[in-house]
Amino acid sequence: MAGSIPASATADGAPVPAAAAAQRPLVSPWAEAWRRFRKHRLAVVSAVILAFIILAVLFGPFIWTVPINEIDFRARLQGPSWDHPLGTDDLGQDLLARMLYGGRISLAVGFAAMLVAVLIGTTVGAVAGIASGPVDAALMWVTDLFLSLPELPLLLLVIYLFREPLRALVGPEMGIFILIVAVIGGFRWMPVARLVRAQFFSLREKEFVEAARALGASTPRLVVRHILPNALGPVIVAATIDIAAAIIAESTLSFLGLGFPPDVPTWGRLLYDAKDQLDYAPHWALFPGLAIFLTVLTINFVGDGLRDALDPRRVV
Amino acid sequence: MRAVDGVDIRIGAGETVCVVGESGCGKTVTAMTVLKLIAMPPGKIVAGRILWRGRDLVPLDTDSMRKIRAREIGIVFQEPMTSLNPVFTVGEQIAEVLRLHEGLSRRAALDRATEMLRLVHIPNPQRRVHDYPHQFSGGMRQRVMIAMALACNPKLVIADEPTTALDVTIQAQILDLIAEMKERLGMAVMLITHAMGVVAEVAQRVVVMYAGKVVEEAPVGELFANPRHPYTQGLIRSIPRLDRAGAGKARLEAIPGTVPSLLAPPPGCRFAPRCRHATEACRAAEPPLREVAPGHKVACIL
Repeated sequence: MAGSIPASATADGAPVPAAAAAQRPLVSPWAEAWRRFRKHRLAVVSAVILAFIILAVLFGPFIWTVPINEIDFRARLQGPSWDHPLGTDDLGQDLLARMLYGGRISLAVGFAAMLVAVLIGTTVGAVAGIASGPVDAALMWVTDLFLSLPELPLLLLVIYLFREPLRALVGPEMGIFILIVAVIGGFRWMPVARLVRAQFFSLREKEFVEAARALGASTPRLVVRHILPNALGPVIVAATIDIAAAIIAESTLSFLGLGFPPDVPTWGRLLYDAKDQLDYAPHWALFPGLAIFLTVLTINFVGDGLRDALDPRRVV
Repeated sequence: MRAVDGVDIRIGAGETVCVVGESGCGKTVTAMTVLKLIAMPPGKIVAGRILWRGRDLVPLDTDSMRKIRAREIGIVFQEPMTSLNPVFTVGEQIAEVLRLHEGLSRRAALDRATEMLRLVHIPNPQRRVHDYPHQFSGGMRQRVMIAMALACNPKLVIADEPTTALDVTIQAQILDLIAEMKERLGMAVMLITHAMGVVAEVAQRVVVMYAGKVVEEAPVGELFANPRHPYTQGLIRSIPRLDRAGAGKARLEAIPGTVPSLLAPPPGCRFAPRCRHATEACRAAEPPLREVAPGHKVACIL
């Protein structure tokens, strides 16, 4: 009977080529993701352009030191020239300086709103996904409720209602920034919540979660250490796309005249100001539009690349 | 549905007890219930006690249960390929158990993790401790799982078919490893398996389960020499043997039929529909577990 399982002579030391294992470089999941990301050429090019845009709006104003509000009526509505590389607006203000400054706000709104959306979405999704039962049902009702709300009219309403109190509280620029970020983030978390919930539903049945529970991990620990890190890939992708959506939403609000005050030139606000002079000074609308277009496009491509890089089922 | 019904298993300190039976006999449910790992609801412990060193685990809350898991009772699962978290290094995962239960610092826990890997014979542990699960083979992952289960020196290790997913030579290595660890660390082992060969090799006492019930329990030598329950006899006969005359020609014996659905268990003895010796009396009433020799209990009227 004892011979029914052949006893092995190599009880100590598994028959694995230890030397080969020692030679192999460390392959962490992130290194592997980076290797896969690099294969998506469009994403890499987009990442470079996006990095350039971000660096430009961060450090551009230190290099191109023309003030954003220097009014010069002799240089009204000029096209691109050496003095004004992107031309001027109807008050003769330099468009390059205004766009660099506005880009900061547009990008800041995009990133901050994305953070808000991802934070709310991940929390709601994680709680629903791990609790299941009535808690899950209730949270998903809330999610569906938010999904069914018409976004733009509600945005307008919220901004009308809260713009003045917030302005009084933290100043006009900060007030509207908080408001816009909260409103955009507050209306974009639902897809993230659904995504995270779905991930949790599949991950919490995985053996390694069971194993961690058997080794004494508490539920919060299971969520934070074992489930969440494994659910992060799709969330990162959704977050990237969310930045783009938030930038568009901010531009839309500003274009409707409901965003930042007129003296704060965000990209959307520049478009709004430019629309009346479209016949005489197309450059005024062209450049901010191009900036929005390029930023959103590159962010979407980067998100696409990340999706390929972080999806373990995909062979790249 | 009662997945497990009236199972009474005692494991003494330092003892190796094997639980055998076909798939769907309630072996895993028994093991999971000991650590209360069955989701409740829908699962429920209707009656009975889980006595651990004189303490009943059934009324304990989750927090107290958590302190018992790994520290007092470790468990090794059957699927080494998927039982490790793919996004952390194996060292981090072993260290996590130590930090959780023994409050070690990150550094100290990682050092102990390296020691544990050395203990379970992972070559080159200083380097391998920083590797990710996907860089390990199935057998090595099971070694890592054993290292995790043993990290806090539990008094009892439940191994739920630890070798099922591995190929035969690795199976033998893992069994040897479990035996060696038991020897070194002096713990008791509850080994769940459906391979009678494994039972013969490692067990001291054997519990045979069928359809959620214990049908026979005996010291290993006694069980193989003198199996009393027809189900046990069937299990032993179904082991392929090389030493019997004409082994190459004879058909391997099998027990006809399959385990009955526990939603509607057959009346009387649950094994009766598949039993060649079954009589009217078997179908009429369920035979109780009775002692037929010292330490040898069987639930059969024959």
